[in-house]
Amino acid sequence: MSVDTRTVRHIARLARLKMSDAEVEAMVPELNNILGWVEQLGEVDTDGVEPLTAVIDQKLRLRDDIVTDGGIRDAVLVNAPDAQHGFFAVPKVIE
Amino acid sequence: MADANAPYRIKGETGEWEVVIGLEVHAQVVSDAKLFSGASTKFGAEPNTQVSLVDAAMPGMLPVPNRECIRQAVRTGMALEAQINRWSRFDRKNYFYADLPQGYQISQLYHPLVGEGTIHVLLDEKDEDSAKAIGIERIHVEQDAGKLMHDQHPTMSYVDLNRCGVALMEIVSKPDMRSPAEAGAYLRKLRSILRYVGSCDGNMEEGSMRADVNVSVRRPGEQFGTRTETKNVNSVRFVQAVIEHEARRQIEVLEEGGQIVQETRLWDPDKGETRTLRSKEDAHDYRYFPDPDLLPLELDEAFLDECRSSLPELPDAKRQRFERLGITPYNASVLTAEVETARWFDQLLEAGAEPKQAANWVVAELFGALNRRGETIDNAPVSPSQAAELLGLVADGTISGTIAKQVFEVMLSEGGSAAGIVEARGLKQTSDIGAIDTEIDRILAANIDKVEQYKAGKQQLFGFFVGQTMKAMQGKANPQVVNERLKAKLG
Repeated sequence: MSVDTRTVRHIARLARLKMSDAEVEAMVPELNNILGWVEQLGEVDTDGVEPLTAVIDQKLRLRDDIVTDGGIRDAVLVNAPDAQHGFFAVPKVIE
Repeated sequence: MADANAPYRIKGETGEWEVVIGLEVHAQVVSDAKLFSGASTKFGAEPNTQVSLVDAAMPGMLPVPNRECIRQAVRTGMALEAQINRWSRFDRKNYFYADLPQGYQISQLYHPLVGEGTIHVLLDEKDEDSAKAIGIERIHVEQDAGKLMHDQHPTMSYVDLNRCGVALMEIVSKPDMRSPAEAGAYLRKLRSILRYVGSCDGNMEEGSMRADVNVSVRRPGEQFGTRTETKNVNSVRFVQAVIEHEARRQIEVLEEGGQIVQETRLWDPDKGETRTLRSKEDAHDYRYFPDPDLLPLELDEAFLDECRSSLPELPDAKRQRFERLGITPYNASVLTAEVETARWFDQLLEAGAEPKQAANWVVAELFGALNRRGETIDNAPVSPSQAAELLGLVADGTISGTIAKQVFEVMLSEGGSAAGIVEARGLKQTSDIGAIDTEIDRILAANIDKVEQYKAGKQQLFGFFVGQTMKAMQGKANPQVVNERLKAKLG
């Protein structure tokens, strides 16, 4: 598997990253190197080996259904670029 | 009325078309706290007051699943006769939108909590032959997004994250429905089951249940056509309108030689049509991957046992039980559709009411009264035990059905027990032959002409004499005795 400039532009767009043409060009070999490196894993024979889903041998812990959080609006909004009347305010997005 | 069992076909310019429908229902799970945080799920709070740092996706915050949300989804799966997966996993669905601070929704793509199941619907409540089984593909658990408000400011949208992180079940059907009526029956049945189970309040107005509607058309019997998906439709009526509109639009495109584009569409309730959602053009590239913040979800036998044993009697089982008690299929259907009605009726039976009579009374008299008064059965003005007492008085012959209606009216307007009202107002039915004979003799004497006509063969006048006698007895005479005595006297 290898990527070209088109794929890089597509991924950048999905990730909302603005990239110049020069940056896109530079990114192509970088990503291909990483992919090639990861693809070496494909050489390992994994027949009959269960896929590893977590590296720690522990079960997922569940929480009781109790309200223990919230009521911290100021803390939630404090880093927002803009907040009005208790809402986050963002540039209008409408369908 | 059209035959509910006849296949639904749409006539185009070039022949008949069949519509194929699948529904993805997002049902908000009933829980106090959110799916992965301890913030409250309560509806209608001040903006952003029910948001934890997990919901706001602050760096370093870790999600911990709420056991109750998992339990409710498992119970729902069991109620839909579905396979429960003891091992499931959460995945990230990546997209950017202002109502989703994480930049991804935690969902379950590859290993959902619940697998294949079935919903049984009746297309005609009076007809068991109209039954149809509609397949469930899967149910998975995921986070809801926040809410955007666009009309508060000329250039800004406001974001409220109170709903962000609330647990949803996405209930995905198989493409098994073939008409708007089937889709409606499926949604109503699903809503009914969710409300019986108690896993979702089914309140479509508040958005607790929303449907994505997948529609395609084909020539009857041919392969599936390309489908479109209309997002976030929030009533049964709108779902049916979307199907009708979208099927016709697709048929027009195909008959003009065009092709259907697989796309996401929006329903515009004001215009009554669907339209393309252009902004989501490359939104389908969600780059799902297992959420590294969450270990696989494994369920043990004790957990599943509790889920199973805490399920109530479900609508189908209840309807069949009611029918075995002699209740008509229609009444049994009406009485079991809403969980509150079914509970009330069960209490009425427990209080000793005769099932068939009680069913007729609830469907005709009680529902009538509730409609007139704009009330629901939750706050019915009479209790099941009060109603059972009233029905008991009719059953044992103390009062007639006509008097029972009067007594019920008094119970509604003034309160009090049925027996008390009957006693205080002297409404007891009488079988006193002497008293009845006296009135009959008086009436026959006053209507000699009609007696002649009756004897000459005008049989329908019998009802007139019965009516006059009952009127004279103020409705309290035992109708059977009146009939017998009249027959005897008229020869």
